Amino acid sequence: MNAHAGFTQLVIDAAYLVASVLFILGLKRLSSPATARGGNALGATGMLIAVLATLLDREIVGFSGILVGVLIGSAIGVVAARAVKMTAMPQMVALLNGFGGGASVLVATDEYLRVTGGLTTATVDVALTIVLSVLIGAVTFSGSLVAFGKLQEIVTGRAVTYPLQKTLNALLGAGILVLAARLTVGAPDEMLFWMLIAAALVLGVLLVIPIGGADMPVVISLLNSYSGLAASATGFVLHNNVLIIGGALVGASGIILTQIMCRAMNRSLTNVLFGAFGAVAQTGAGGAAAGDRTVREVSAEDAAILMGYARSVVIVPGYGLAVAQAQHQVRDLANLLEARGVDVKYAIHPVAGRMPGHMNVLLAEANVPYDQLWEMERINPEFERTDVVLVIGANDVVNPAARTQPDSPLYGMPILDVDKAQHVIVMKRSMNPGFAGVDNELFYRENTRMLFGDAKQSLTKLVQEAKAMQEA
Amino acid sequence: MEGLLFAIYVFVLAVFIGFEVINKVPQILHTPLMSGSNAISGITLIGALVVAGRLEGPLSTAIGIAAVALATINVVGGFLVTDRMLQMFRRKPDGER
Repeated sequence: MNAHAGFTQLVIDAAYLVASVLFILGLKRLSSPATARGGNALGATGMLIAVLATLLDREIVGFSGILVGVLIGSAIGVVAARAVKMTAMPQMVALLNGFGGGASVLVATDEYLRVTGGLTTATVDVALTIVLSVLIGAVTFSGSLVAFGKLQEIVTGRAVTYPLQKTLNALLGAGILVLAARLTVGAPDEMLFWMLIAAALVLGVLLVIPIGGADMPVVISLLNSYSGLAASATGFVLHNNVLIIGGALVGASGIILTQIMCRAMNRSLTNVLFGAFGAVAQTGAGGAAAGDRTVREVSAEDAAILMGYARSVVIVPGYGLAVAQAQHQVRDLANLLEARGVDVKYAIHPVAGRMPGHMNVLLAEANVPYDQLWEMERINPEFERTDVVLVIGANDVVNPAARTQPDSPLYGMPILDVDKAQHVIVMKRSMNPGFAGVDNELFYRENTRMLFGDAKQSLTKLVQEAKAMQEA
Repeated sequence: MEGLLFAIYVFVLAVFIGFEVINKVPQILHTPLMSGSNAISGITLIGALVVAGRLEGPLSTAIGIAAVALATINVVGGFLVTDRMLQMFRRKPDGER
């Protein structure tokens, strides 16, 4: 019997090792669009192996509860994954992050109840890992739900601020530290444990609520990292290496993405997380310069002619494009231009969209081939040789003030150097400034033409004009 | 305590592997990277399975079932939606140009 149990445990451990390796290989294959789908499948296979091996665990004596949970979870997961719109991907990821964190809280809670119920005794390290697991998991859970609410526009997308915000957060943080310390070194106490969970849930809400909608790419990346750390922490509680490894990989991935997003927005993480406390005064600063300068308008017909006779056109899509759901019209326009022999590329700024890489997914959905999607570093040297740039619903990421005006709030932010092209056509709803509230020098330049109106309508007109050129 | 130290070893090394592997993922794949890695963080599922299956009382089992359900949504939803996205990334079809 004992030998048998030992053998089973060996099989389980070996399966966990295989799963860990598959996770790493899967992530590695995500580095190229050609192998990425296979990589994702490897990760899923690793997960399946880990799950099947766990079912051999001799601690598991009843399977009906497991079956119920798996069936419910799978049904919701399948429906959500199939139904979600690509524009809603940030919300989806936020929710999934939250669920992962929630699961960690529940697992750690059960471990603690075993301690208070006398089923196991808690040494300091056991208590510490349980406390950490609950803390990270709960902050991930409630923070992600708020992020979801903001992205889904159930909760206001604006930064929510109120008096004594910093003080309140500091007090809550201190309270959590005291509770955590007491639970780690003191005798087990169920009441204090529930208080810790409640306080951590509140903290998650308070941390995300003062962050504005435009900064959500950073928040989702960070919560992604937390969800990984929560899984790792649960691994510490259960002494389970595959949880520790899987979670650590995700934690690292989230941190890298967070850094990339911060760099692309020219902000520090501290500034994104806590910047809202007192940011209100800044907003008006840059907008005054607009004054009496004039912009040059262009009709859809002339814009189509300009692009139709160009050798090279670069399209710069911003979030306005996704809001207008006009990706398919862009693709139609690009097709028509390509049929005339125009070289068409897309220039994607790292923060285009509402999560890292979001714009690429939206364009891929509209059947834009990925070799036409150019990253900022790669496309910037190309602008000098570009005849026409078409900017659709992007503003701050093409503002030359980021390069030239040290006093601008945008100064130092990496931008797409569209102003270096021969001609720039800017499609815009109105002359309202962008997220940063800064006036854009680009719009007043000699070589810039403005095409005002709703992105989708304007693009439809452009497509009609381009078709007419084709037939003429 | 020795077990904890060993676990920290594993954690730190895995973080370094994560940094190495993920740093090479290009910008165009960042969204699938996030949803795919997210699915991996649903590995908490295997902890949840044990809680739901060891039958130590109704509260414990209920907690376990809820954890299994949440983690399964994370895993199944994450991998499937990632696959759906990656399916859309195509090279230019042959003969179009």
